[in-house]
Amino acid sequence: MEDRPISLTLRIVAGIMLLFLLAPVLIVVPISFSADTYMAFPPSGWSVKWYVAIFQDPKMINAFWVSLALAVLTTVLSLAIGLPAAYVLVRLRPRGSEAMASFFTAPLLLPSIVLGLALLVVFATFGLLGTFQGFLAAHLVITLPYAVRVLSTALSTLPRAVEEAATTLGAPPLSVFFRVTLPMMRNAIVATSALAFLVSFDEVVLSLFMSGPRISTLPVEMYHHVENEADPMVAAISVLLIVLTFAVVVVVDRTAGLSRTFVK
Amino acid sequence: MTAIAPTLEAAPARRVKIPLAVILLIPITLINLIGFVAPVINLLSFSFREVQATGAMTGGSSIASWVAIVTDPFYIELLVNSILTSLLIVVLTLVCSFPIALLLHRTTGFARTVLLFVVITPLLTSAVVRTYGWIALLLDGGVINSLLSLAGLPTLKLIFNSTGVVIGLTEILMPYMILSLLAGFRRLDPRVEEAALTLGANPFQTFWRIIVPLTLPGVALGSLLCFVLAVSSFITPKLLGGGRVFLLATEIYDQAMVTLNWPLASTLAIMILIVFGGALFLYLRALRAIA
Repeated sequence: MEDRPISLTLRIVAGIMLLFLLAPVLIVVPISFSADTYMAFPPSGWSVKWYVAIFQDPKMINAFWVSLALAVLTTVLSLAIGLPAAYVLVRLRPRGSEAMASFFTAPLLLPSIVLGLALLVVFATFGLLGTFQGFLAAHLVITLPYAVRVLSTALSTLPRAVEEAATTLGAPPLSVFFRVTLPMMRNAIVATSALAFLVSFDEVVLSLFMSGPRISTLPVEMYHHVENEADPMVAAISVLLIVLTFAVVVVVDRTAGLSRTFVK
Repeated sequence: MTAIAPTLEAAPARRVKIPLAVILLIPITLINLIGFVAPVINLLSFSFREVQATGAMTGGSSIASWVAIVTDPFYIELLVNSILTSLLIVVLTLVCSFPIALLLHRTTGFARTVLLFVVITPLLTSAVVRTYGWIALLLDGGVINSLLSLAGLPTLKLIFNSTGVVIGLTEILMPYMILSLLAGFRRLDPRVEEAALTLGANPFQTFWRIIVPLTLPGVALGSLLCFVLAVSSFITPKLLGGGRVFLLATEIYDQAMVTLNWPLASTLAIMILIVFGGALFLYLRALRAIA
């Protein structure tokens, strides 16, 4: 497509809107380096004391480890469960594949406040509230749809010829999958892992419903902290989370492609 | 929404081995049944449970929760207020997102990648982080008011009221709108615009009579998505509303976690799903009208 000159009006208007879009993400950077004890702008001085404060807050540190363990385990299970599902939907294509694909991605249609409440009520009955298993089950419900989607899309664009050649040459199906299909899906697997990790690590609504007095995640602790006071410590954590998010976006861009993953 | 359905390209079907397919699908089906289907059905039955004034359930059934939300003026206002606020947010999100989507559509190469980064990084950034950013901007002693008073202007009350909630949610939903619009812009052929300009239309006419009508399906999809997300969002209204803005989603959380009236919370949650049904119905009708 030939580039059409973009009018100055559009550049200016879009520029202002982009600034609006980035404002809350950008503003936390100067605030996180504030030397003040409360939120003030511009800060009266600069320091890294709020970054140090994170590590001296046992609640935040505990919550961080819970979130990390949860995100890692959620990612591994999303791949272990999502990959076979994607393989069935794209390669085996049993009757009703389309309907099943919709069914597996349906949890994303439900607003997280409704899903959170629904899980709260059920998990309370089984004593899963405030447990690691409860968090894990809730997070899997919302990471699996992403995993199935990204993996199915990748699998459907893989050339069949290589797998067929391996089969013709006598490789058993399982060895074709592990030695041909899986290596070719490396990029999609990396992208899925990055997304599943981030979705789990950032999840706050479901986690608020699941958390108990003994266990909670980093976003939940941040939410409670902001609810009570707006000191610059949350800004420091926010900067670290934004760096993590940016890294995930870079990984997805380099592997599955941003346009293919997010623009449908 | 519909955008998350995996693309199943028509591949020549291999002979289907049903048992293998069934085995491979067992884990995901179990997760979906336990973590999605059963809880939602249970929610529906919960909305008909009987509760005492203390919030304890008696085990009997009752339509009290449903009667409460259709007769109590507080809940009627809550519903109307949620819908109107969400509609306002959708309109503002659309106005703010359209120029960015149009710019993205017309950009290619490296500049496009940079723009996609700028749109997708906020999308994936936690709602708590972005809402905190808005608190820093909107607070009485925050960035905007500090700059206003430095300029000698009167300060504004921008937070802990619906103004703050509308500003914050508009920004938070923009990436969803931009990506929906971008998907819809595929219909926009630059040659059609050029033809209009060549035939003497000014840029203003070209925008309103060519670009806008052709992009309406994307607008409809983005509006549906953002409306649904606005009605059900809870972190941002809770933190930016400071407990003074009452919306459906914040009330569900309060009933579930503070008042512990789960039947009423369930009824309100189903109310949200009914509102969604209505929005989806209007979307499908709008789509038929503009197709």
